[in-house]
Amino acid sequence: MSALLQVDGLVKHYRLPRQRLLTAAPLVQALQGVSFSLRAGRSLGVVGESGSGKSTLARLVMALESPTAGSVRLAGRDLHTLDAAALRRARADLQMVFQDPFGSLDPRQTVGRIVAEPLAAQGSTPRAEQLDRAAAMLDAVGLRASDVSKYPHEFSGGQRQRIAIARALVTHPKLIVADEPVSALDVSVQAQVLNLMQDLQDKLGVTYLFISHDLAVVDLVCDELIVLYQGRVVEQGTPEQLFIAAAHPYTRALISAVPRAHPAAQADAARRLRAVVQAAAAAAVAAEAESPSGAGCAFAPRCRWAQPICLQAAPALRPLGDGQAAACHRAEEVLADRHAGAAESASISP
Amino acid sequence: MSVASGQLPAPLLEVQNLRVSLNTTRGPAEALRGVSFSLQRGQTLGLIGESGCGKSITALALMGLLPEGAQVSGTLRLDGRDLLALGEDDWCRLRGNRLAMVFQEPMTALNPLHPIGRQIAEPLRLHKGLDAGAARAEALRLLQRVQLPQAAQRLDAYPHQLSGGQRQRVVIAIALACGPDVLIADEPTTALDVTIQREVLDLIALLVAEDGMALLLISHDLGVMAENVQRMLVMYGGAVVESGPTEAVFARLAHPYTRGLFAARPRLGLPRGHRLATIPGRVPELIDLPAGCGFAERCTLAQPACRSAAPPLLAVAPEHHARCIRLDASLAASLGASPDAALVATVGAL
Repeated sequence: MSALLQVDGLVKHYRLPRQRLLTAAPLVQALQGVSFSLRAGRSLGVVGESGSGKSTLARLVMALESPTAGSVRLAGRDLHTLDAAALRRARADLQMVFQDPFGSLDPRQTVGRIVAEPLAAQGSTPRAEQLDRAAAMLDAVGLRASDVSKYPHEFSGGQRQRIAIARALVTHPKLIVADEPVSALDVSVQAQVLNLMQDLQDKLGVTYLFISHDLAVVDLVCDELIVLYQGRVVEQGTPEQLFIAAAHPYTRALISAVPRAHPAAQADAARRLRAVVQAAAAAAVAAEAESPSGAGCAFAPRCRWAQPICLQAAPALRPLGDGQAAACHRAEEVLADRHAGAAESASISP
Repeated sequence: MSVASGQLPAPLLEVQNLRVSLNTTRGPAEALRGVSFSLQRGQTLGLIGESGCGKSITALALMGLLPEGAQVSGTLRLDGRDLLALGEDDWCRLRGNRLAMVFQEPMTALNPLHPIGRQIAEPLRLHKGLDAGAARAEALRLLQRVQLPQAAQRLDAYPHQLSGGQRQRVVIAIALACGPDVLIADEPTTALDVTIQREVLDLIALLVAEDGMALLLISHDLGVMAENVQRMLVMYGGAVVESGPTEAVFARLAHPYTRGLFAARPRLGLPRGHRLATIPGRVPELIDLPAGCGFAERCTLAQPACRSAAPPLLAVAPEHHARCIRLDASLAASLGASPDAALVATVGAL
């Protein structure tokens, strides 16, 4: 089965305003060669810290910006080489759900018009039919069809996110890019929206590119994950592979940083307190001492596995079997250290 | 780390039956409906709940920062001194001096137009009467204490030149400047990445332990509570629905709301496609709170009696209380849905 979404060698640089008149403007390398593919009906999670390039990736996949290099293919067509009219038609297959359900809905439009807007923009659906489709979609996401005449302020945060999902689904898209869709919601409401997104995938077969900083959320929703660090994919695999046997030290650091809802963790937390705080401070100092333009692995200054080679050559993403891949010179050793790694995690989890 | 009990000196901070009513466009809203707790020097207490439950209003009331026109009743004592009777001048002498606060969003808590050194020096000059040179030297010492890398060079940096985690360290340095007795941290890491979140929470715990401050930590994250506080209060609809030692609360999940919150939380290690248990309905608006139990509308155990009168705080065990008249049924339900089952799976997965 061929991929619905094929991303190859995606690079994006942003030029910042120059600091002084005669110096060159500084360059931010937001993405430095990201490749992955996603099959129809599956979910790919993108995790990473802020500044790792997650949102840049979302904007490039949505063709809201052009890449510096590389391509994004949706069902075989390169989105960034299409002309404006063709891109507009292609957008019917491509919708987005944003993080903030308060900022992403126009407060002066009725919910019916908001949900029908992608149809209006496509221009291929008769006006009378647009509202009916919007009403049907509201029903599908668990709201009432009669809500079409209401305004966004009449809804709670979770309901607004349902409206945003209805808007994304109304053109029957193949791919939905969800950028932190539940991180602005309360825990009890977040669960409702996550369940809804899973139900819709089962029912409609949509494909999700799911961007989140919350590992537990992507673990629940996604078939596959990629971990971004400073604009590069450092590891990819299934959630089980990454959460049980991560081969990249950064993935392990991310997982062990998730707070566990069990108070036994507290005593351990206190025990390792000083060590962790001091290590973090030392790492931060080391990170600044290393030049960021260095040729080595971007994570090396923070990595307890780092060796001289890590500072000299950037590791490539290498397959490790079973679809798992990691960009680490010492991936095999990290993997082989599974038991030590488990002990390490266990000492900070219950 | 022992939980306080028995004969102890008068608490450092004592809150009894605190009620706050806010003026809204739709009339007065009861934001706090009788909150009581006490805090000794060196103790840590967590406040957990969803948006609109009253946790931030509690923090603002403790800092004397409630909005104009708020009606406050009850008792609020610091070292036996009644704070509710204080005038604004007296509040100004306490705030930032004996009571200090770390806010959620470090970018808005800092003044973008002043260098950070000056912002840390401000409370020192106001409360301690230090001259400019001494305040600057003390500011540098504080920045080193919160482990800001290259502190000396950064005294004259502006907030926009720092990352989110570094800014939060500066906010913590300001809060610590005058050696407060009580540190209130309102969602101090919600705006930060998980790895940075862990560093900042560890730093706060270290500083609290070193200085023997009392810590009131406010969060919506059960994991953050479990790892960082000795006792916790669960708030819903402006009232404390469950309170007790963190371990006891997690072990019993006595109140139906606490149990719902726990079940709705996505956790690492759940199988793909797992449906999260949701709490039906939505968080009520404070102005629409029913006369009886605020959670009754969303509670599967609710009976007519729950809706007729506000439930009393009942003892689950010594020092562990829950505000639920269906306590027996609720405890039985929690036994069936014990968090430990899910937890064992998580630990096994790691």
